[in-house]
Amino acid sequence: MTAPDPSGPVLEVRGLSISLPEGGDRTNAVSDVSFTVNRGEIVCLVGESGSGKSVIAQSVMGLLPQTLKVAGGAILLQGEDITHAPVSRLRELRATRMSMVFQEPMTALNPVMTCGEQIDEVLSEHTQLSPTERRAKILATILEVSLPEPERIYASYPHQLSGGQRQRIVIAMALILDPALIIADEPTTALDVTTQAQILQLIRDLQARHGTGVLFITHDFGVVAEIAQRVAVLRLGELVEFGARDEVLKNPQHEYTKMLIRAVPTLAPVDRAADADAPVVLQLKHLSKTYIDRGWLSKKREVHAASDVNLEIRRGQTLGIVGESGSGKSTVARCVVRLIDPTSGEVLLSGEDIATLSPGQLRPLRRKVQIIFQDPYRSLNPRRKVGEAIIEGPLNYGTGRSEAIERARKLMDLVRMDPASLERYPHQFSGGQRQRICIARALAMEPELLIADEAVSALDVSVQAQVLALLEEIRGRLNLAMLFITHDLRVAAQICDHVAVMSQGRVVEYGAATEVFLRPQHEYTRALFAAAPGRNFAFSSGHA
Amino acid sequence: MATDSAAEALSTESAAVVRQDSAMQRLRRNWSVRIGGVVLLALVFIALAAPLLGTVDPTLFDAGSRDLTPGQSGEITTLDGDSIKHTFIMGSDSFGRDIYSRVLYGTRVSLMVGAFSAVVALVFGILLGLLSGYLRWLDGPLMRVMDGVMAIPAILIAIALVAMWRASLLSVIIAIAIPEIPRVTRLVRSLVLTIREEPYVEAAISLGTPAWKIMLFHILPNTVAPLLVQGTYICAAGILVEAILSFLGVGLPPDIPTWGNIMAEGRVQFVTFPHNVLFPGIFLALTVLAVNILGDGLRDTLDPKMARRS
Repeated sequence: MTAPDPSGPVLEVRGLSISLPEGGDRTNAVSDVSFTVNRGEIVCLVGESGSGKSVIAQSVMGLLPQTLKVAGGAILLQGEDITHAPVSRLRELRATRMSMVFQEPMTALNPVMTCGEQIDEVLSEHTQLSPTERRAKILATILEVSLPEPERIYASYPHQLSGGQRQRIVIAMALILDPALIIADEPTTALDVTTQAQILQLIRDLQARHGTGVLFITHDFGVVAEIAQRVAVLRLGELVEFGARDEVLKNPQHEYTKMLIRAVPTLAPVDRAADADAPVVLQLKHLSKTYIDRGWLSKKREVHAASDVNLEIRRGQTLGIVGESGSGKSTVARCVVRLIDPTSGEVLLSGEDIATLSPGQLRPLRRKVQIIFQDPYRSLNPRRKVGEAIIEGPLNYGTGRSEAIERARKLMDLVRMDPASLERYPHQFSGGQRQRICIARALAMEPELLIADEAVSALDVSVQAQVLALLEEIRGRLNLAMLFITHDLRVAAQICDHVAVMSQGRVVEYGAATEVFLRPQHEYTRALFAAAPGRNFAFSSGHA
Repeated sequence: MATDSAAEALSTESAAVVRQDSAMQRLRRNWSVRIGGVVLLALVFIALAAPLLGTVDPTLFDAGSRDLTPGQSGEITTLDGDSIKHTFIMGSDSFGRDIYSRVLYGTRVSLMVGAFSAVVALVFGILLGLLSGYLRWLDGPLMRVMDGVMAIPAILIAIALVAMWRASLLSVIIAIAIPEIPRVTRLVRSLVLTIREEPYVEAAISLGTPAWKIMLFHILPNTVAPLLVQGTYICAAGILVEAILSFLGVGLPPDIPTWGNIMAEGRVQFVTFPHNVLFPGIFLALTVLAVNILGDGLRDTLDPKMARRS
């Protein structure tokens, strides 16, 4: 056994190649990747989906799926080659010298064990400490990750904690044996922006205090700007750029890095002269949605998903609703489409109240409002051809089949896809292409109002930029009103004329985008802006 | 927009989308599907070609050829009264009937009962499950009735139903299918409840698609894979239940040879002539095993949850 070498890098990856099973889209998941993580340093591994960044993390931890094999190169942890280390050795090293923080804290924790017991498992496995010593150490660690009331947290089950608190427990578990290397695989992606800011701060503090090397995997350049010291950019399994943060972000050398950074929307709102006299397409008056949870034996519980929401959208304009998860922004959208029935208030569509219409009365009005959903992989029926999906709506409203197909072809042109795609099934398309198909499907109804419910949130940044540009172009060309729902302030800044900020079911701030972004009035809005990752960092700016 | 197309070329999304094998291709590669499928095909062939495989009419008997052991030769009297030479490959029973012929013809009954009881159970189960999953007010009453049906042992319901009607192939199939309906209903209902929350169903609602079209074109096609798997299990269970009914003497009329009544007749002489029970037993076990293996293979290849685990 080699003694850990304190002077050298904590992690050294040399010419690492990992092969994919035959029949994949490429031969290697990772090819010839080399980088190092030094003591007390945070290295960010950035890339879009499929770039192989998670595979690298798994290979370091020895957690590669059976189908993937290390084809070449070496992984050195404090000078020790662990590329082909036996399972027993890897088990010794995990938690003691390297540990991992996962993306989804709810699934990373065992739901039937208390948080304390789960941390205790790490200690009893790797140390000779007595139960009382272990307990003391755990309570100290819980305090160190800034969780209140360590005794209560120790005895809590994961579901009793919030997402941010759970992630702190996962970090505590990773940190407790003071490992030399922590691998954080998208640790803040599943969290709200304000929680994300706190977790990033925590990781930075702890890492500085313990001198840990951190390999931080992310797709978000805002997070990179916030936390990284050095950055490695991956594209399709190849390392295209590796260097100091400011070097890479401000003066990128590779075309791909340039493109990625260009695709990051800026936080500065685009000032557009919105016509204040355009006809109002949608007006919400005192819209509320209350869920009543009537248990059999339990007390009646009311959840106000949305209360007293007043908004309006004019033709040719975009209203953005921003907020964190559970703020009620999707509830509003679903009330407008009448996928759910509002509890009270009015939804005026070109002056006509649709909030209380019966399904029969609603049917002719449905085509005026169309929605695009977040998850492109679930918003198309996997067993129907793309063409069938697009002509479904027009056929419902009595358009002839051949006419509908003709129109679908034109729409495919509009969303820049090959009309021949109409004959194919959804699984033959990538996420961005599917989202284009969903846009075409919505446009086939010739709506007056287009609702985009987190429509670009599931997409990679470069694809996100393309879809945003497309939406913007369509809105302008067809003079549509658009309701754009997002948690991402950068996206909202780029596309919205007006912005409503929602928190706990209420609109806390509502006004022109330039006003809200440049002069936020409400405390919550300010907190939201302050939490936006990379807000102080000027990315090589803007759209050409 | 020149920059746009340049960005598109560099975007990792413009790289080829991973080609997935179609369900058919995956099925053909799966060993469980291959083995179960080949055995079943062989059984179907036996059932269809039974008259050409050296059999005689399974109802023929000959007092001179009683209780022959497998492989012995003897005579058998045809319906016209002629005596013909015949080799009893699987021996003969206490009436002097050819067990080989009876077992081969019995295949027809078993396969038909299995297949049709699965089809009947699936058709009604799908109908009730769709209604229950989509019309919420119907859900409670309908599912409580199903719970009630499930509380009675399947074989008892089947015996009672056959006893109520004249014993025939149709009544046996229906009697076997009815106790299976609640299970299919539950499965379909749970699938409908999940699928109706999918964004593509919500998109269809906002496209103004009427509820019945959503059920038929959006929800039903996405329940096919698990239903196909469930169907094979019902088929296997149906074959067994039919054999039990026949064995108990409450199934098909005794003049139709089935594996169950061959075994029932052989039971009394089991110690001296075990082949009477053995041969139909082997066929029964082989058939049920083949259907179940096929079902497992279908589940492994068609069920995405299972596919991801491997």
